[in-house]
Amino acid sequence: MSLNHSIPSYFHIKVDREICRKCKRCTNHCSYDALSFNGERIVSDDSKCVACQRCVAMCPAGAIRIEKNDSFLPFHGNYTRRIRNIIWAQSGNGGVLLSATGNDRPIRTIFDDLLLDACQVTNPSIDPLREPIETKIFFGRKPKKIVFSEDPKKLNNISLKTEFMPNFEIDSPIMVGHMSLGSISYNACMAIYQAAKELNILAGSGEGGLHQDFYEYGPNIITEIASGRFGVDINYLQNAAGIEIKIGQGAKPGHGGHLPGEKVNTLISQTRMIPKGSDALSPYPHHDIYSIEDLAQLISALKEATRYKVPIGVKIAAVHNSAPIAVGIVRGGADFLTIDGFRGGTGAAPRIIRDHAGIPIELAIAVVDKRLREENLRDEVTLVAGGSIRYSADLIKAIALGADVGMCCMPVLIAMGCRVCQQCFRGLCSWGIATQQEYLVKRLDIDVSRNRIINLFHSWNEELKEVLGAMGIDSVESLRSNRDRLRYIGPNPKIADILGVKHAGE
Amino acid sequence: MIENKEIRYTQEKNTKFEIDTAPNGIPLNYKVLNEKIHQAIQKGYEKVLLNEVCGQRFIGASLQGQIKLEIMGLPGNDLGIFMDGPEIIVHGNCEDQIGNTMNNGKIIVHGDARDVVGLSARGGKIYVKKNVGYRVGIHIKEYENKFPILLIGGTTKDFLGEYMAGGLIIVLGLEIKDDGTVIENDYPICGGELGTGIHRGKIILRTEENLENRLGIGAKVYELKKETEKTITPYIKEFCQIFKIPYDVMNEKPFKVVKPISKRPYGGNYCGNLI
Repeated sequence: MSLNHSIPSYFHIKVDREICRKCKRCTNHCSYDALSFNGERIVSDDSKCVACQRCVAMCPAGAIRIEKNDSFLPFHGNYTRRIRNIIWAQSGNGGVLLSATGNDRPIRTIFDDLLLDACQVTNPSIDPLREPIETKIFFGRKPKKIVFSEDPKKLNNISLKTEFMPNFEIDSPIMVGHMSLGSISYNACMAIYQAAKELNILAGSGEGGLHQDFYEYGPNIITEIASGRFGVDINYLQNAAGIEIKIGQGAKPGHGGHLPGEKVNTLISQTRMIPKGSDALSPYPHHDIYSIEDLAQLISALKEATRYKVPIGVKIAAVHNSAPIAVGIVRGGADFLTIDGFRGGTGAAPRIIRDHAGIPIELAIAVVDKRLREENLRDEVTLVAGGSIRYSADLIKAIALGADVGMCCMPVLIAMGCRVCQQCFRGLCSWGIATQQEYLVKRLDIDVSRNRIINLFHSWNEELKEVLGAMGIDSVESLRSNRDRLRYIGPNPKIADILGVKHAGE
Repeated sequence: MIENKEIRYTQEKNTKFEIDTAPNGIPLNYKVLNEKIHQAIQKGYEKVLLNEVCGQRFIGASLQGQIKLEIMGLPGNDLGIFMDGPEIIVHGNCEDQIGNTMNNGKIIVHGDARDVVGLSARGGKIYVKKNVGYRVGIHIKEYENKFPILLIGGTTKDFLGEYMAGGLIIVLGLEIKDDGTVIENDYPICGGELGTGIHRGKIILRTEENLENRLGIGAKVYELKKETEKTITPYIKEFCQIFKIPYDVMNEKPFKVVKPISKRPYGGNYCGNLI
C-alpha cells in the first residue's frame, strides 16, 4: 500500500446546509474546481481551495465560509508548515516551485518602523483644504543648471542656452507598476489605463507590448523594453509617455520571463506580436547589454529611435550593489531610474527567487539617493521606487527617503477585487484579474474597477496633502529626500544609519 | 568598392541625396548624421548615400517606408535598429547588432558583420556576404506575415540562433572573395551551443561537418526535406544574385536543418503547488 503524502489543505470550505439554496452559483463561480454539486448537495474539495473568496462573495444566502485548516499538523517553530509543504511538494512533483504576487514571508517592513514629523509652534503647518499644496511632478531629466547667453550690448537680448530634455507633468507622484497584458486581463489593463488618464498619473505597460486599444492612453503609459522585445515596434515606441528598459524586476531579480504557449491566445498574440500558442521566453539578460556602456548604447538607440521626444529610463531590481549600478545608469544617459524592491510583485516567478533575492526598497531608495547626491546627479534624474508601496503612508515615506514617484501594483489589484490568493500564475483568477479566460475576464467590470482605482489614488493624494500640510511643506518636491522629516523606531539602529534617518527622540 | 560608388552615384544622381559623413575628414556625431538622414527623407528623397561612414551608431534607427540607404564605409553598432521597411546596403563591414529588433526591411552587407546580428528581429532580411560573430540571430521571432531571414555567406561562431522563436537562419559556409571567386570556407560553419533554447524556426547550414556535438539544449539536427528546400531556394537565389555568385556552388555540399525538439522544452520544470 502506498502512503498518501499529499499536502494537507490550508483551507476548509464550510457550507451551511441549513441555509444553502442549492442554486449552484458557487460551483459556477469557483474556477479552481473546489466546489461541485453531486445531485443532492454542494460538495467541497478542500485540497483545491485557494481561499479566493469568490464563492463567499457570490453565495446569495451567505452560506459559505472559508476557514483555516491548521489544527492537525504538529507544531514546530523551525520546520513550519510552510517549510514542510515545500518539501512535500518538491518530493512529490519535483521541479522549481512557482509563486505569484510579492514576497509573502513575514519579514519586518522598514516603512512601518519610520515615523513622520509634524509642525509645532516654530514653523506653521498648512491647511491643505484651504491653501494650495502641490503634488505634481515633472517627469524626465532636468538640466544641471540653466545657462543664458547674454548680449553685453543689448541688455534685453537674453536667450536660453540650455537644451532641455523631454519632460512631462503628472498630477500625483504615483505610478501603477508594470503589469503586462498576459499577467493581467484586458479588462484589468483597461481599467488601470483609464484611471491613470483620468487622474493624470502614470501606468506601466509591462514587457508584453501595448494592445492597439490602449494607444489612446499612451500619454499616461510608460512602455517597457525587456530582453524578449515582445511587441516592440515603432508604434509601441512612439505611443508612450516614456520608455523603460527593464533590466530586473523586484520579485525576480536576475530572472527572465516565461509566458507558456497555452496562454498565448489571439489577444496576447496580437499584443506581443508572436504566433498564437508560441512560448514567450524573455532571456535572463538582454543580449545586447553586458555592461553599463552597452546599456548606454541602448538608451541612446531608443532616444534616437524616438527622435529625443520622450524620456528613456531603466528599471532595476533592488539588489546588493544598487547604488553604483544606479550611478552607472544615470551617467549612461537614463532620464529616469526605476528601482523595484524585493517585495515587488509578479504574475509568475520561481518561489526561491521571489522569497529570497533582493533587498528592501526602503534601503535601496536611501542608498541610491545618497550616492546620486554624492555624485552630483540626483537632481538630474527622476527616481521611481516600487516594491510594496501598500498605502499612502509607504508612498510618503518612500518620497521622504528620496523617491520622486512611488510605484505600486497590488493596491490597484486589491482595489479591483483581488483577494491576494497568490495563484496568478495558474491563469484561473476567479475575479477576472490575473487570467486570460474570457468567461473569467468578463467578471471584471471596467467602469467599476476604474472608479475604484480613481477613488483609491484620490484618497492617497489627499492624504499626501494632509501630511505635507502638517509638515508645513507646500510642494511634494520639497518632501523628496527630506529625511529630516523621518524618524526611526525599529530595533536595529544600523538600518537608521543606512537610511540616513535619525532615531526617534534625536 | 570605390569604383562601385562612383558608378552608382552618377547613374542615380537626380533621385539620390548624398551625405558626406566626415566633412573635412572629421566624422560627424551619430546624432547629427541621423538628423541629416531624417531631413533628407523629409525633403522627399528616397535614396540616401552616406559616404565615408566611420563607426557612427544607430544609422537608420526606426526609419519607416520605402527608403534606400547606401553606406560606404563602416557603420557602427545597431545599424537599422527598430527599422520598419527600408533597405540598407553596406559596402564594407559592419559592427555588432545590425538589424536589432527590426520589424521589416532589408540589410545587405558586402563584407563581415559581427556579434548579435538580427537580435530579436521580428521581420525583414539580413544578407551578409562574409562571416559573422557570436550569438547571431538570437531570439528572432515571426508573426503573421512577418518572417525574419538571416542569410550568411561565410561562417558563424558560438550560440547561433539562441532562444530562436521563429524565422529562418541560413549559413552557406563559403568564402566569397572580392574578385567574385567562390571557394569553400576553411573555418567550421558554426561554433558550439548551436540553437540553444530554440523553440520555433529553423537553422539551415550547408555543411558536411558533424553538428551533433555542437548542439545546444533543445536543438536537434535533421536532414533537409524537399518542401523546406523549396522554401529556402528563392532566398539563396536572391543572395547569389545580390553578391553575383553562381547558384551551382550550393549543390556541392548538403544542407542540414537544426530544429527545436519541442515547443515546450521546460514545461515540466515547474511545480505550482499551494504552499
